[in-house]
Amino acid sequence: MKIKSVDKASLKMLDKATAENISTAWERLTQQQPQCGFGELGICCRNCNMGPCRIDPFGQEPHEGVCGANADTIVTRNLLRMIAAGAAAHSDHGRDIATTLYEAVQGNAPDYPIKDETKLQTLAQECGIPVEGRSAREIALDLSGLALDEFGSRKGCLQLLERAPQKRKDLWAKLGITPRGIDREVVESMHRTHMGVDTDYVNLTLHGLRTSLSDGWGGSMWATELADVLFGTPQPVKGRCNLGVIKADQVNIILHGHEPTLSDIIVFAARDPELLAQARAAGASGINVCGMCCTGNEILMRHGVPVAGNFLQQELAIITGAVEAMIVDVQCIMPSLPQVASCYHTKIISTSPKAVFPGAEHVPFNEHNAMETAKKIVAMAIDNFPNRKPERVSIPNEEMQYMGGFSTEAIVEALGGSLDPLLEAVKSGAIQGIVGIVGCNNPKLVHDQEHLTLTRELIKNNILVVETGCAAIACAKAGLLLPEAAAEAGEGLGAVCRALGIPPVLHMGSCVDISRILVVASALANALNVDISDLPLAAAAPEWMSEKAVSIGAYAVASGIFTVLGLAPPILGSGNLTALLTAGAQDVVGATFAVETDPQAAAKLIVSHVGQKRRALGL
Amino acid sequence: MKEVLIKPERCVGCKSCELACAVAHSRSRTLAGALTEKPAPRKRIYASQWESRKFPLNCRHCEEPLCVRVCPTGSMSKDRDTGVVSHQTALCLGCGMCELACPFGVIGRQAQGNIIVKCDRCPELEVPACVTACPTRALLFAEAGEILKSKREAVGEQLFAQAGKS
Repeated sequence: MKIKSVDKASLKMLDKATAENISTAWERLTQQQPQCGFGELGICCRNCNMGPCRIDPFGQEPHEGVCGANADTIVTRNLLRMIAAGAAAHSDHGRDIATTLYEAVQGNAPDYPIKDETKLQTLAQECGIPVEGRSAREIALDLSGLALDEFGSRKGCLQLLERAPQKRKDLWAKLGITPRGIDREVVESMHRTHMGVDTDYVNLTLHGLRTSLSDGWGGSMWATELADVLFGTPQPVKGRCNLGVIKADQVNIILHGHEPTLSDIIVFAARDPELLAQARAAGASGINVCGMCCTGNEILMRHGVPVAGNFLQQELAIITGAVEAMIVDVQCIMPSLPQVASCYHTKIISTSPKAVFPGAEHVPFNEHNAMETAKKIVAMAIDNFPNRKPERVSIPNEEMQYMGGFSTEAIVEALGGSLDPLLEAVKSGAIQGIVGIVGCNNPKLVHDQEHLTLTRELIKNNILVVETGCAAIACAKAGLLLPEAAAEAGEGLGAVCRALGIPPVLHMGSCVDISRILVVASALANALNVDISDLPLAAAAPEWMSEKAVSIGAYAVASGIFTVLGLAPPILGSGNLTALLTAGAQDVVGATFAVETDPQAAAKLIVSHVGQKRRALGL
Repeated sequence: MKEVLIKPERCVGCKSCELACAVAHSRSRTLAGALTEKPAPRKRIYASQWESRKFPLNCRHCEEPLCVRVCPTGSMSKDRDTGVVSHQTALCLGCGMCELACPFGVIGRQAQGNIIVKCDRCPELEVPACVTACPTRALLFAEAGEILKSKREAVGEQLFAQAGKS
């Protein structure tokens, strides 16, 4: 009987769920067993009405679908749609941020002032927008317009791709996979996977890489950069995390989902003196805003807001019985939440027209009257406080401090103004390499265990770990995001961390902020005059579940970074595609995927890979 | 006589057998029709799992059926000619003694009324619905003797075709 989680707070709430007969993702996964092998292998096609078709996994008839597509075609088309869906999620988020800035500077979104004018100017100059003698509004109008233009077909190129090393850009051009437009690549993915279009698995894969690049260097990167302009570029900040941040004596509001255009506003709305007075009148000592998942990471990075947990804890937070409202926008929000909430007084409040959940209360939120709506939502939570049933409340006391806020700018500042000290540490071997550990949770694996095991193994081997998303929250809960965690690191890394007062694991933000990792990788590659694929880097998504993770893995590999996944994607039904992604890609993009479910073995793979890159560089 | 035989290594857990079985025991005998029937039709074969291994399991129509032995009304009975252990709804009390007795756990209940349902080897079909539906040939409808014979032949191939090479 496998344990479900290594996180004590989660285990306590899982026991409470059992006692109260509430089903969670774990129970629903058990109900789903056995899961269909055709789906697992990727050899089920539903793209046209001559189907649905399945390919025999044991080499017998049928070898092809009705149209003649074989396993290679079917599996690769399915993977391409996963990449497209993931890229679409990130890029739509980027579009929303760009649109908010665009609207704000035209006076239509008064609650969104530009908080980082320095970043605005730097970014504008990078994009060839004049800044001398111009107001922030004028510059931002040009910048947000430029960003929005990248979503279509006319511009034909992505500005921020220029940051990549020349060797990498030349390689993409040679392969014909330089992204041309953010929405364009996603649309072409859907076109190519329509019945009777792209059939060749290599051709499909190349476009999949291009689509993922339009996310990593396009949609996601704009989301990061423009959110910094609007809400501030993260600087090192401390906060607390895990379910213990929920407070028995306060109005508890959990912000879940992804876009800071909602969460950032609510953080400030909840500080309104009138609302605080209302809360006190209702019998609470204050209003406790906590984040969850990526939107939690956005407000953690910028404001040190407490984070209640990661993906698999979203139901568990409600099960504490102490949450007045969980406010959600888009992505990674389980449709089960209203069902779980109905067992308590908790309100699930949906806010995006793109994400409506039966059983939730929908309060449309847009950039034009953001603060007004935000205050209304906070008031709804306050009004719900008296409905809390004390006998149903059980808040685990697990709570941990974290240090976050490591944007690229913050890292450079911590290093004294340039990346040179980091480069020196890598050259000397004090830091053997840098690995990004990212991604979700998955109930198929032991919650948080894979993230923690891999992180600990790598830092023991003097590899600096940078993290985002739910992986970062997992490590935050275990205390690895504190300078004191340097004690768990090897000699070399430990010394660097102690000298700089930083943790051996740097929280770089939300999932779109993996674009920050691309920027750091590019900067290092440019400093050494090599390609990203020459650097002692790797990436890992040990507990991934979302299609966004597939897009991220694809753009990491396409950018030259060896990427280890903790679970196989549904591609094993095509031996050819599996071989291409795990071996053949080396000769194409200079990096591959690997699948390794055991985090210790994954660590060995990565340490060996990092060592190999170091030797090749003569380090 | 023919039985439903299982090759567990070929099962991928797609549950096509479950779906086909339920449809074959619906009133309309079509998927679209079966979807809206009340009570909903019930499967009598179970896509099962042990650790990561998947396998289908249905009634083995035992020679010495324990379900027949414990049934108080005689609604469970073994036909010695066809070998089929069949169940008569009219006589069934829904007492569940057969559920307790069956070592394979393949006795189920109606959607309404709790009367027992179990595999009847699809007497109106030439080949049971689950066998026809299985996309990977994990289910076979054959005489046990045939299967045993083909296993012996496979051994022959190993012995002689391989030996011929060395």
